[in-house]
Amino acid sequence: MESQAFQKVYTKLTNITKATVTLKAKEIGYDEIASVNGKLAQVVKITGDDVTLQIFEGTEGIPTNAHVSFFGKPPQLKVSDELAGRFFNAYGDPIDGGPEIQGEVRDIGSPSVNPVRRKQPSNLIATGIAGIDLNNTLVSGQKIPFFADPDQPYNQVMAMVALRAKADKIILGGMGLTNDDYLYFKNVFDNAGALDRIVSFVNTTENPPVERLLVPDMALTAAEYFAVDKNESVLVLLTDMTLYADALSIVSNRMDQIPSKDSMPGSLYSDLAKIYEKAVQFPSGGSITIIAVTTLSGGDITHAIPDNTGYITEGQLFLRRDSDIGKVIVDPFRSLSRLKQLVIGKQTREDHPQVMNSAIRLFADAANARTKLENGFDLTDYDERTLKFAKEYSDQILAIDVNVDTDTMLDITWELFGKHFKKAEVAIRENLVEKYWKS
Amino acid sequence: MEKDNKTTGKVVGIVSNLVMVEVDGPVAQNEICFISLGNESLMAEVIKVVGKVAYVQVFESTRGLKTGSKVEFQGHLLEVTLGPGILSRNYDGLQNDLDKMEGIFLKRGEYTDPLNREKKWAFKPIAKVGDEVQAGDWLGEVNENDQPHKIMVPFKMKGSFKIKEIVPEGEYIVDHNIAVVEDEDGAETRLTMVQKWPVKLAVGSYKEKPRPFKLLETGVRCMDTLNPITEGGTGFIPGPFGTGKTVLQHAISKQAEADIVIIAACGERANEVVEVFTEFPELEDPRTGKKLIERTIIIANTSNMPVAAREASVYTAMTIGEYYRAMGLKVLLMADSTSRWAQALREMSNRLEELPGPDAFPMDLSAVISNFYSRAGFVYLNNGSTGSITFIGTVSPAGGNLKEPVTESTRKAARCFYGLSQARADSKRYPAIDPIDSYSKYLEYPEVQENLARNVGDSWLNEVNKAKDVLLRGKEAMEQINILGDDGVPIGFHETFWKSELIDFVILQQDAFDKIDSSTPMKRQQYMLSKVLDVVDSSFAFNHFEDVSSFFKEVINEFKQMNYSEFDSDNFKQHEEALEKLLKTQAN
Repeated sequence: MESQAFQKVYTKLTNITKATVTLKAKEIGYDEIASVNGKLAQVVKITGDDVTLQIFEGTEGIPTNAHVSFFGKPPQLKVSDELAGRFFNAYGDPIDGGPEIQGEVRDIGSPSVNPVRRKQPSNLIATGIAGIDLNNTLVSGQKIPFFADPDQPYNQVMAMVALRAKADKIILGGMGLTNDDYLYFKNVFDNAGALDRIVSFVNTTENPPVERLLVPDMALTAAEYFAVDKNESVLVLLTDMTLYADALSIVSNRMDQIPSKDSMPGSLYSDLAKIYEKAVQFPSGGSITIIAVTTLSGGDITHAIPDNTGYITEGQLFLRRDSDIGKVIVDPFRSLSRLKQLVIGKQTREDHPQVMNSAIRLFADAANARTKLENGFDLTDYDERTLKFAKEYSDQILAIDVNVDTDTMLDITWELFGKHFKKAEVAIRENLVEKYWKS
Repeated sequence: MEKDNKTTGKVVGIVSNLVMVEVDGPVAQNEICFISLGNESLMAEVIKVVGKVAYVQVFESTRGLKTGSKVEFQGHLLEVTLGPGILSRNYDGLQNDLDKMEGIFLKRGEYTDPLNREKKWAFKPIAKVGDEVQAGDWLGEVNENDQPHKIMVPFKMKGSFKIKEIVPEGEYIVDHNIAVVEDEDGAETRLTMVQKWPVKLAVGSYKEKPRPFKLLETGVRCMDTLNPITEGGTGFIPGPFGTGKTVLQHAISKQAEADIVIIAACGERANEVVEVFTEFPELEDPRTGKKLIERTIIIANTSNMPVAAREASVYTAMTIGEYYRAMGLKVLLMADSTSRWAQALREMSNRLEELPGPDAFPMDLSAVISNFYSRAGFVYLNNGSTGSITFIGTVSPAGGNLKEPVTESTRKAARCFYGLSQARADSKRYPAIDPIDSYSKYLEYPEVQENLARNVGDSWLNEVNKAKDVLLRGKEAMEQINILGDDGVPIGFHETFWKSELIDFVILQQDAFDKIDSSTPMKRQQYMLSKVLDVVDSSFAFNHFEDVSSFFKEVINEFKQMNYSEFDSDNFKQHEEALEKLLKTQAN
């Protein structure tokens, strides 16, 4: 972003905070970008002639006589097929040593899709992971986060989902990614031979936090290009949205805004919704599916970030270590895919919905039995059977290392039903029981 | 507040969608203005005035807006346009017709006409020349999707008028002069089929607003049976995410016995609105045999659409509801979710740097919510006909905490409380309405009790209360069992618990995705409840506590098969017989 000859250069800052600077300037557009001593900045407030700029890199070392020039445009990204296979920083500049991208210039953070122009998501995304495909089926055009503790293997599961999901393009938006995780993604995609369909925008922990605010918009502008202009199915991976929200709170704090719950800005819901709602199925066939990660602190989902996210996204996936089998499973109780109703029993076998519900109910009974056991009570015969069922169900269905197709998952579950229960205990509609019961 | 010369101004400050405008003349609170930005003009509403500076909230993105931009004030508040052709339209929060907008993406500054100005409507006069009329009185009628759409004297007109001219029966466009009325001073006003009304003010053109007394059937058993809502009643559904708020709301809007259904998707997921767009044109209205979409209006201001328009959207929906109520129709208004609306208020209050109330919400939140809920209700119109707006709002409590300000304020305003419980949702007991915490104040109204006795049955209320008692006793028994262990309590405790489970599984739980089970008419609800209570009243002989659960599981299974079968069908009767046989095996 070179400054141009005719641009007016300002050299007097009136105010500097940790994230913002203020100066006197005229004819400045809201949201436009500027350069402050070579650092990229964006207009966040105008009062009379006072213009407040948010400096993405932070204001360290900025003097009151810094050179400020305005670009007269919002942050932009050049889009073309050349994006594929490339790695960029939060500003959309290449970081892989490759050449600059040639292409059409687009504003990032563009308007939303007219709801009447959307199509109802209806294409199942198969991942082979039964905890997802059977109980929490994903659909193209969906947005869903992993709610995970920082020590859980969410990035691994996400990479696995991304590679198996058969998307035309995968766009990685990394926010506050550790360098190790960044290299992990790079290696996994490379080894799978998938690098040519992957675009990455990465802000690592080495970069300033406020820069992260640009990453989702950059990633989604690229996604919209492939989904709208090229009618491709695009999968966007955003990790970690908690760090994005933290950056929002830093900025709002510096701007003296009154914080709402958990010191987050009052606009957190709208800010997150603007990103997640970019997930869409277009009638022309293109789609944007968003899989994100929201890390939790101490598993607390009532914190403002996971809480607001849960209200925006179409479900959430929880990972949990099952001590009975010593593996990580997709938690069947707390995980939910809201869009699964659109495909299960329609694109999958007719018995899918009822089998799913009964299995989870029986799994819940097992959890109750376990509580009883822990409290030192005798178990009934039914309790014993649910516990046996739960262990096998965990191992053969819920574990994240399972990789089978949906019909097989259903067959396995029927087998477990037949092995441990009576028909009445399973309580599935009669005609399905007749057809699929395995004794 | 109509003005001859429009006040103008220029932009002097911008913080996100809050813009400060220096004005050269009078401006009113909540007055609408347009800010020019290149070729576009952005709609905004005055929310505060300090000296010569008006603070306006812009209904669009302010990206690229500069100080010095010209602003023109319109001399009126935010208004909706009311006339034939609103049904089955999809509007945004400002009543722009979304289908008329071009392109895939919403364009800033694009405002579309909510009505079709070319379509001709078959108008039949109701009033005649010489009639004395006042605001809200019916002049004539057109057929809008088979609903009698009344053309009324505009709500804004004050006083009494005499009809001087009215057009004969015929086909007219909405802007045709269909009548001329004359006030007491002889001043004439020409009327068309179109009128405007400011959304933030309640339409008051009715005679009387009694307490609601009639049951509104929704087909959802745990509402109709346990905690019914009335025609003109208010209710709210709070629940943490993932507890099935939206599925429940959709079920109610599909099945409820209403003439008009208005769905205000306020700051919620776009795909949920798309679901309505996709399903309602396909689904049949069980009562009329027509498509559901024909009686539905959708106000879609999804979470990614501008925040200020989100605030307006619930008012837009309510005003359209009041318009149809004044025609003597039963309107059901669903808002999902009122928390997003409250958050929009919070974002604005925050930008205005107002002193915050609890959780940074504005101090007057409670008053704003009560005021909004009070616009619902059952009314007697001036001509003696009745109309109603039943309002059900969802609340998305932050962190699932029902003590947060929006839930608390709503609890004061709404009469029915359908609390969704995380524990029920986790064990997939849907709809996850908590049977013990939820309530309907209407059950305490003598006029509602009398109405239920007349229309459902004399003993109905007793049965309902009994079912509630059984549920409560079952919960207590379960707690005891959990503390003392299965064999630490008498077998009777297990029986009490399983009797409550029976009600839970058969009456409360309902499969919203099953064709038959999803909607239960009142007659069937009554039949099933008394059937279940018969079992509850029976005494059984059990030798061991394990026999209790296995027996009741079989009973529940037969009942569930009945729920899945067409009422009174062979299949239904078959399972009923099997049930009777099963019950005899354990009879005492």
